[in-house]
Amino acid sequence: MPGLEDLYREIILDHYRNPRNRGELEVPPAHRAEGFNPLCGDEIVVFLDLDDAGTVTDIRIGGTGCSISQSSASMMSAAVKGKTVAEVEDLTKAFKAMMSVHESSLDAEGESGEEIPDEAALAAFEEVKLGDLEALRGVVKFPVRIKCATLAWNTLAQGISEAQESA
Amino acid sequence: MTFDAQKVRADFPILEREVKGRRLVFLDSAASSQKPTSVLEAMSTYYETINANVHRGVYEIAEAATNAMEGARIRVGRFIGAPRPATEVIFTKNATESLNLVARSWGAANLGPGDAVLITQLEHHANIVPWFQLQAEKGFEIRWIPLTADAQLDLTDLPRLLDGVKVVALTAMSNVTGTLTPVREITAAAHDAGAIVVLDACQYVPHLPTDVANLGVDFAAFSGHKMLGPTGIGVLWGREELLDAMPPFLGGGGMILDVRLDGFTPAELPAKFEAGTPPIAETIGLHAAIDYLEGLGMEAVREHEVTLTAHAMRTLTERLGDKLTIHGPAEPAARGGVLSMAVDGIHPHDLSQVMDEHAVCVRPGHHCAKPLMKVLGVGATARASFYVYNDTDDVDALAEALADAASFFSF
Repeated sequence: MPGLEDLYREIILDHYRNPRNRGELEVPPAHRAEGFNPLCGDEIVVFLDLDDAGTVTDIRIGGTGCSISQSSASMMSAAVKGKTVAEVEDLTKAFKAMMSVHESSLDAEGESGEEIPDEAALAAFEEVKLGDLEALRGVVKFPVRIKCATLAWNTLAQGISEAQESA
Repeated sequence: MTFDAQKVRADFPILEREVKGRRLVFLDSAASSQKPTSVLEAMSTYYETINANVHRGVYEIAEAATNAMEGARIRVGRFIGAPRPATEVIFTKNATESLNLVARSWGAANLGPGDAVLITQLEHHANIVPWFQLQAEKGFEIRWIPLTADAQLDLTDLPRLLDGVKVVALTAMSNVTGTLTPVREITAAAHDAGAIVVLDACQYVPHLPTDVANLGVDFAAFSGHKMLGPTGIGVLWGREELLDAMPPFLGGGGMILDVRLDGFTPAELPAKFEAGTPPIAETIGLHAAIDYLEGLGMEAVREHEVTLTAHAMRTLTERLGDKLTIHGPAEPAARGGVLSMAVDGIHPHDLSQVMDEHAVCVRPGHHCAKPLMKVLGVGATARASFYVYNDTDDVDALAEALADAASFFSF
């Protein structure tokens, strides 16, 4: 049975207490994207500066949420700053692979057992270095919280795609 | 007679189980209640002895099934004080469908540009979104009844707000703050202004003695699964003259008197609003749930919940001090057994996660009342709600779990 220590790793609590890149950027030139978690009402705002070469030159995070969504957003902001859009996309895929539960674990009896991470999806991106983000691996054992962890990432992806469309 | 929660608990098999090696402390009945053995048995007895589709077959068990379902209709009607149970009680799949039925049938036939729908800021999305959906087609105005600081309805401006209003969408009790609303007062004012009242009674019918005729409302919606009954069964009660004049909502089998090559004629009440095979076993389960509740006595149920709520508000405040906020009315008698809690600096999702380690089931989130969340100035709350099987041990476990969660995240 997964315990709380699997979910609330010290590094997660650190990012929750001391969120990185918290704030806003001027729009324009920055792009602003909003994401909602319809289950819990959490809201994430991502402000994004992209240069002509497609590099994330700056990022800020606003909104409110639980420790998982806020720490994931904080770690994400630190991880993607200075990266190209292509690198961010790889990182996003790797992170979401880590957050995906293999379908077979949903098929099991009602008792909440071990969730089985989707190894095939993970393997496809194992060369991508997740760094601090690895700390969120335990979230997959608490399936309801997966959406908390991926909220910032989905919002970032939306922001990048809107930024590219408007370029 | 004092209320014996221990005796009640013994009737609910799920409460015997342990979760994480602890006694299951179920405090989420406002979302869905647990079911007593009598409800489970009534449903399986139906399947084992008289399972057949209703209103069609002439064979014995089909007649028995029809009688059982129609008996449930009468039982439901009497339980809520419906003047004409046989025609005024419509079975739906849940209260959400009941409210959509009113909007799509009465609303579509009676609302247009220049009209207004008045909604309270306490409402659940189920009594908001159907009106927005209809507004997009019919172009009427939507107005809101605001709240006081302790989440009660602020009626100072009611006469002005009611001007031109045809529908008042009103909850009898908030699923977030437990606020009980002055239904009779608002209904009287609404009727004077020429408006009907659509009552969301989901949190009221399971917990307080209900008499729709006395409340004076025009429609009332509630769900079986929040009142010890099964999921998949909702109720719409409406005044007969209104239901009679309304067009059908869903079309199909069972709701027609005649179908021809050039059209159809709808059936009489209540069949007009019950297209397709109804949730037969669920009506029988709901009947058994009402028998169970009436066995306890709804006055006694209400008294038990007020006592428990008062005890919980006192215990939690003593334990958590200023760090704890309980949204809504401070006076237990002004509210139902629903406590929406906030602890300084800790997100409700995190609170609830730690409480789960104590096998304490509370619900984090916006509780499908986002406009209310905005008024309260929060994104979410952690909600504990009480019912007949909860006791002071559950309150103690709640206080313990909440204190543990608060210390887990204190930094």
